[in-house]
Amino acid sequence: MKLVFLWSDILFFLLIAAVVAGGAWASRVEHLRLAWRQVGCSRVGMATATVLLAFVLVAVLDSLHYRERLPGAQENYAVEVRSALDAALTGLRTRGEKTYSAPLATHLFAKESLDADLGRDFPRLKHGGAHLGEDLAAHDSDIAAKTIKGLGLGLLGCLVFGLVTLPLRRAAPHLAWNAQLATVLLLCLLAGPIIVLAGDYHVLGTDKVGQDVLYLTLKSVRTALLIGTLTTLIMLPAAVALGLLAGYAGGWIDDVIQYLYTTLNSIPGVLLIAASVLMMQVVIDTHPEWFATAAERADARLLALCAILGITSWTGLCRLLRGEALKLRELEYVQAARALGVSHARILWRHVLPNVMHIVMIAIVMDFSGLVLAEAVLSYVGIGVDPNTISFGTMINTARMELAREPMVWWSLAAAFAFMFVLVLAANLFADVMRDAFDPRVVKR
Amino acid sequence: MLAYLIRRLFYALPILIGVNVITFALFFVVNTPDDMARMHLGAKRVTAEAIEKWKAERGYDKPLFWSSAAAGVDKVTDTIFYGKSVRMFALDFGRADDGRDIAREIKARMGPSLAVAVPVFVLGLFSAISFALLLVYFRATYLDFAGVVLCVAMMSISGLFYIIGGQWLVSKIWHLAPISGYAEGLSAAKFIILPVIISLAAGIGSSARWYRTIFLEEYTRDYVRTARAKGLPERLVLFRHVLRNALIPILTGAVVLIPTLFMGSLLIEAFFGIPGLGSYTIDAINAQDFAVVRAMVFIGSALYIVGLLLTDISYTLVDPRIRLQ
Repeated sequence: MKLVFLWSDILFFLLIAAVVAGGAWASRVEHLRLAWRQVGCSRVGMATATVLLAFVLVAVLDSLHYRERLPGAQENYAVEVRSALDAALTGLRTRGEKTYSAPLATHLFAKESLDADLGRDFPRLKHGGAHLGEDLAAHDSDIAAKTIKGLGLGLLGCLVFGLVTLPLRRAAPHLAWNAQLATVLLLCLLAGPIIVLAGDYHVLGTDKVGQDVLYLTLKSVRTALLIGTLTTLIMLPAAVALGLLAGYAGGWIDDVIQYLYTTLNSIPGVLLIAASVLMMQVVIDTHPEWFATAAERADARLLALCAILGITSWTGLCRLLRGEALKLRELEYVQAARALGVSHARILWRHVLPNVMHIVMIAIVMDFSGLVLAEAVLSYVGIGVDPNTISFGTMINTARMELAREPMVWWSLAAAFAFMFVLVLAANLFADVMRDAFDPRVVKR
Repeated sequence: MLAYLIRRLFYALPILIGVNVITFALFFVVNTPDDMARMHLGAKRVTAEAIEKWKAERGYDKPLFWSSAAAGVDKVTDTIFYGKSVRMFALDFGRADDGRDIAREIKARMGPSLAVAVPVFVLGLFSAISFALLLVYFRATYLDFAGVVLCVAMMSISGLFYIIGGQWLVSKIWHLAPISGYAEGLSAAKFIILPVIISLAAGIGSSARWYRTIFLEEYTRDYVRTARAKGLPERLVLFRHVLRNALIPILTGAVVLIPTLFMGSLLIEAFFGIPGLGSYTIDAINAQDFAVVRAMVFIGSALYIVGLLLTDISYTLVDPRIRLQ
């Protein structure tokens, strides 16, 4: 086994490290600690944070990449890059069918001619419900039994979680732990039956080439989270530096920076993204020697997309920060620092930057949900992630033609939209809680 | 006022030039025309002649900025930068890869785009404001809370879901409207109604919630308290005071979008087969027709700049306190 670090993995882990470091820093600053406490006391905040953490966990597992060692004396490694999530879901990944099958089905979705004398019928699935053998009457009772078993397991899992986190609850009794525990219970009760059933069935059906839809949706989570977070990470340094500089320095620097973002802003976002992605694709296609594996190429395209989305979306934050820096520049403590002879760089770093951090944080969480939604649209238009990257957009794109079938194939679409809805709703609600807590303009009641 | 507008127009010029330079850099400097030709011709082993021919057909066989071989003014004009980018200021967009004149195509496709975009804009503004007013009228009640929850849920759903779900439900199950297509004249109405309704549903969540916060902010002002103190009924306070003042940011914020209505909506037009500029752009992206994408970027930016100008003008029209100098 050889570990593989894709660029997006490295950035993703860097981001997580930055969030942890930022959290440690925020816990030392009085007003930020109070704001975080407000988030923690909010039931919506705790519940949505739990859901988001579950998504992050899936994405982290999916970011630990490796290449398997091929059997043989020599050191050869498989071309395919797998992740820890792939390893955990080996069953789902390898038990492919021939083509569409409905959720929990035992037969294929389309009729095929089986034998000369039997005529056309729905063939049995290779894996879905294979353990039933010929005893198809037991199908329903088997599902029911497995569901109950799964619910029991889920309950157990939730209990274990509750016991493990008991010290935490004791340590900070005022936080909304009950909301968190209720969310965990809900997640466990959902996940339990799915895990048990997934052993013998395709819980969310299979897609056109017979891949398990549950596997595809779980893989999509990483792409969505990466687009939602890395984009902000990439644009953040430029937006913060330029915004503060423009507001603080004024004069011709301000003019140049304003010109820069007005120009970028006046190009319609989708078109700029389309043009950049087209061009990036040409670069990637004309330099195949840069990438050792297909995964690296897809990864490069994903990162390029993040960068392009970042370039089109930093202007809003930059303008906000410029306005804020303009205000802060005139405040007494900045004036005093200047009178004491503190250098400009140090004033910006020590006195201005900490006082706009709340705007930055709010912007990060507010942008996230929009970016997740944008990924799906862009991938549909054909200017999103690499077609081989599993994402909500590519899932929807391949599945949408199937609505015209009779009877229709709805499960891929439904799964992608449902997961996306939960993720974006949680992000939106969490962003609201964050804004209420961190934005001083929101009147605290 | 007039002097201000003229000055603003002159400010717009460098921005437009900047856009032009950015698109030029994107299309010709990041990738040489050779790369584009190779990608377009597809196969890995393309002969040098085929590339030269492809470039010559599209006028990409010139130097980028400076043609030292030419004489006189041609040194500047016989280049890709002049031929492909500077000429856009004269609204000369050249030809698409299929040989059609882009400017003509744009003129023909503007109508269908507007036929969808204008009703969406007007009705969207109206419905979102009405819904926000309703929520504000019942503020701090369960109705308000439920409305906000609905808004957040609606804005968390992917736009693709509204389109796919709407097409499936309305067209396929209920047979109320054709799934896609377009017709000239009045018969276009039956093709337009579904895309308009779907766009409204997809947009109302976020805008109604945003308008609600604007209204609520207006409610904290002193003049509202005064109006209530002198005994005005709540209805009058809402419509005569709050609505009027809150409309200033809402309307001026919407004005910037008016010129960009010409561009149409990429998604809606692609899904509903409306032959507008949005679907034109999508087709160009899928066919990797760089000339069309370049032209659309330029037009889009120009329209946005016009929108900014209109915003400034509309400020003075609706708010007499603001004077443009």
